[in-house]
Amino acid sequence: MTIQFGNPDRPNSYIGKTVPRPNARKLVEGRGQYVDDITLPRMVHVAFVRSPFAHARITGIDADAARGVKGVLRIFTGADLAEVCTPWVAVLAHLKGLKSPPEHPLAVDRALWVGEPVVAVVATTRAAAEEGAALVDVDYDPLPAVTDTMTSLDADTPVMHPDLGDNLAFRRLHEQGDVEAAMAGAHKVVRASFRTARHTGVTLEPRSILVDWNKAEGQMTAWHATQAPHMMQTVFAKHLDIPESRVRVICGDVGGSYGIKVHVYPDEVATAAIAKIMGRPVKFIADRLESFTTDIHARDHEIEAAIAVDAEGKILAIDVDDWTGIGPYSVYPRTSAIEGNQVVNLCGGPYDFANYRARTSVVFQNKTPTCQYRAVGHPIAVAITEGLVDMAAAAIGMDPVEIRRRNMFADDAYPVTSPAMMKFEGLSHHASMDKLMELMDYDALRADQAEARKRGKYRGIGIASFIELTNPSPFMYGIGGARISAQDGCTVRMDPDGSVVALSGVTEQGQGTEAMLSQVVAEGVGVEPAKVRVITGDTQVTPYGGGTWASRGAGIGGEAALQAARALRGSILEVAGAMLQADPSSLDIRDGQVVDTDTGEERMPLEELGRIVYFRGDTLPKELPRELVQTRHFITMDYPFAFTNGVQASYLEVDTDTGVVTLLKHWCVEDCGRVINPQLVDEQIRGGIVQGLGGALYEEIHYDEDGQLLNGSMADYLVPMAAEMPDMIIGHVETPTGESELGAKGAGEAGTAGAPAAVMNAINDALRPLSGQVTEMPFTPERILRALGKIED
Amino acid sequence: MTDMFRDKVDIELTVNGEPVEARVPAGQHLVDFLRAELGLTGAHASCEHGVCGACTIRVDGAAVRGCLMLAAQADGAEVWTLEGLSDSAAIADLQDAFVARNALQCGFCTPGMLVAAEELLSGGSVPSRAEIREHMSGNYCRCTGYEAIVDAVEEVAQARAGKGAA
Repeated sequence: MTIQFGNPDRPNSYIGKTVPRPNARKLVEGRGQYVDDITLPRMVHVAFVRSPFAHARITGIDADAARGVKGVLRIFTGADLAEVCTPWVAVLAHLKGLKSPPEHPLAVDRALWVGEPVVAVVATTRAAAEEGAALVDVDYDPLPAVTDTMTSLDADTPVMHPDLGDNLAFRRLHEQGDVEAAMAGAHKVVRASFRTARHTGVTLEPRSILVDWNKAEGQMTAWHATQAPHMMQTVFAKHLDIPESRVRVICGDVGGSYGIKVHVYPDEVATAAIAKIMGRPVKFIADRLESFTTDIHARDHEIEAAIAVDAEGKILAIDVDDWTGIGPYSVYPRTSAIEGNQVVNLCGGPYDFANYRARTSVVFQNKTPTCQYRAVGHPIAVAITEGLVDMAAAAIGMDPVEIRRRNMFADDAYPVTSPAMMKFEGLSHHASMDKLMELMDYDALRADQAEARKRGKYRGIGIASFIELTNPSPFMYGIGGARISAQDGCTVRMDPDGSVVALSGVTEQGQGTEAMLSQVVAEGVGVEPAKVRVITGDTQVTPYGGGTWASRGAGIGGEAALQAARALRGSILEVAGAMLQADPSSLDIRDGQVVDTDTGEERMPLEELGRIVYFRGDTLPKELPRELVQTRHFITMDYPFAFTNGVQASYLEVDTDTGVVTLLKHWCVEDCGRVINPQLVDEQIRGGIVQGLGGALYEEIHYDEDGQLLNGSMADYLVPMAAEMPDMIIGHVETPTGESELGAKGAGEAGTAGAPAAVMNAINDALRPLSGQVTEMPFTPERILRALGKIED
Repeated sequence: MTDMFRDKVDIELTVNGEPVEARVPAGQHLVDFLRAELGLTGAHASCEHGVCGACTIRVDGAAVRGCLMLAAQADGAEVWTLEGLSDSAAIADLQDAFVARNALQCGFCTPGMLVAAEELLSGGSVPSRAEIREHMSGNYCRCTGYEAIVDAVEEVAQARAGKGAA
């Protein structure tokens, strides 16, 4: 029996409805439990001494004064931890040529970025640990720092890792068709430079970990704010020489992740190593400066790009040369080549064109390592693509919506393979654009823009179509050798009271995973969502899985949950059939009652069935299976990724005297396949949009030429706050994936993918009458005034 | 650090309506005292310099930053954290609205958001959306994009005004 998704009045129709999140109430009552809320007996705290230099040889460490601080128990150097913890090298086989040196939990001999942990101080209180850390005297011999991306491969730039030969970590060139010939014969060729700033995630809960090593049990337990508990289990086991089965990672409430908490951080591994040495619980909570200097950064790209179009606006070719500086190490185990690789994979994504060339060059720098952050590579690729398309439209005098309509893959063209060799199962660019036009009333907005201009106001409309990579298969990491699961599992069981417990390998970071699972399981079994308790984030308890990344929770974890729930329903009905002397296929479960499918007549509540199975099993036939617990796993097989699509629009006003941009409104229509919980999807989109708006207007990590990070506080690194953000209109088109019964694709990154490009295009639409154009994010007042020629020094 | 920060100060205050006596390090922040000494982990430490609002609590009727106030300064004060405001049901309508509107995702900002919102609404007037955004702009949320929070606060403001008029 398959679920009739088209019938909203079907029994147990929870998939597709807004149901409350089961874990929201505790959070509004302050009863969540984040890692820093946990206190264990004999717990100690660790604070880190970090390198103040971007590149320096460590010539001596004097910790005598620190040892004298009351409460300080132990002090560890890189050499100390290297004895118990093996280094890691973040390369993957499918990223051909990627290189990176071995990285230790604490710097050994050499520090390579400002903020790299050098010495660990352990004390009975955090205050004492910090006081001790301040008294550790490290002698450094400063070395030249590599800080500029574009000159990093020049002959006179020092090579950071002599063993690796040069500063090039990874390079990939993709060519399809003949770009040179297409450019040569084109009606118009438009060239532009783009720049996206170095960002970081600024999770409100800093990175947090509490690790205990129970020598008596031979077991390590880590309470960890992470997106990928099973991946971390493997990492701790491998590098601390513990059997994988003796490492338990527990991920309770997490205060925001966005990709920041899916990586291996040296200070967190150091915390685990110290716990193993000391045999007691060790807690590390990053402070805000540590967050800015050691949470992964992202999006630091410089791009030269060109687009060729014919007289009718058809795209003939796109050419992209992308450069990014990743810091001194590729980040373990996902690597820091993925973002550049994604730019190559995603540029030109919505469009049907023939000639495509893209190269990414990933270079080492003495700055904080960069790695995957929400919408990895998408905001860059969408800014390049949509920026070029708008410039081409302006060059030939065509409306930006019209040029997109002329180039987007037709909605009935699928399956297709893009010029970047990405396989699209089914997208809806045209239907999404139609819906956007309707939601924003495009023509009326153009009229408002024209009317405002008469009053001397410069308003702009920006459109950005995009694709989003979701539901990754092992093609993302597994084929390269990483022990990162693309498969996910769910165990669903019925307890004696008729309630249902679902244990899932995907994790909750606040996006609503547990609500999504509760409604999928509720519908799959036939109970109310409130009867389903969801358990995630415990490697010793849940089925093995990948966790939260690449917008996979609903599409992968949701399908596993649905299949497990349907299997449990079958088991329940088999028992019910025996008890009721009925054919199980004539029975259904609705709202926790076994009923006759045809008449809906109630035959038995689940708690009665539970009572019999668990306490009076003697009354059932001896051969009757009574397994009221079922596990199913799901992995995508047909496509490497389930691509989604969407289109965003920004309406804004530029103050041409001050350069300040005021966001008036924002729209997003997206297609994530089956929408399981409309409210949660909309709020993912909204939150994602605002994260993208931050990148467009405010967020930029600044370094000086010596590699000193200049704005490591929330007073200096600007993030979007409520007063500056617009209201957002969200719409959907649903093109379910055929790879699963559920049909869900991911929705977590679409907002972030498209928002910066929409804002860029809107600003440039506003500035076009003044011949101003901006392509370097964030679009600060200064950059806008420079584009207008009002600042020239 | 100097010896001054190891000096201890005796304080008496009420927290969530209950009397508390403690001897605290002179340099201990109020949010750390509440979290570590009293086990009130609802208020969260995040930026630890007064910008993000995650540690917002109510002290003598005002929404204050728990990371910018020392525990020693709370001597004689009346302190309410989200745990107490929940037990007393003082902000039950706001909490209900936050859940119904999904005005929280990871929940880390939520305790501070609720205290800040209650401060705004306790004035009794019905603020505009722009006024709500302005008042809440000292509280950082990375998850929601703020619109759901503004919706929830606006809804409660209107509901309370309606009740007052009835």
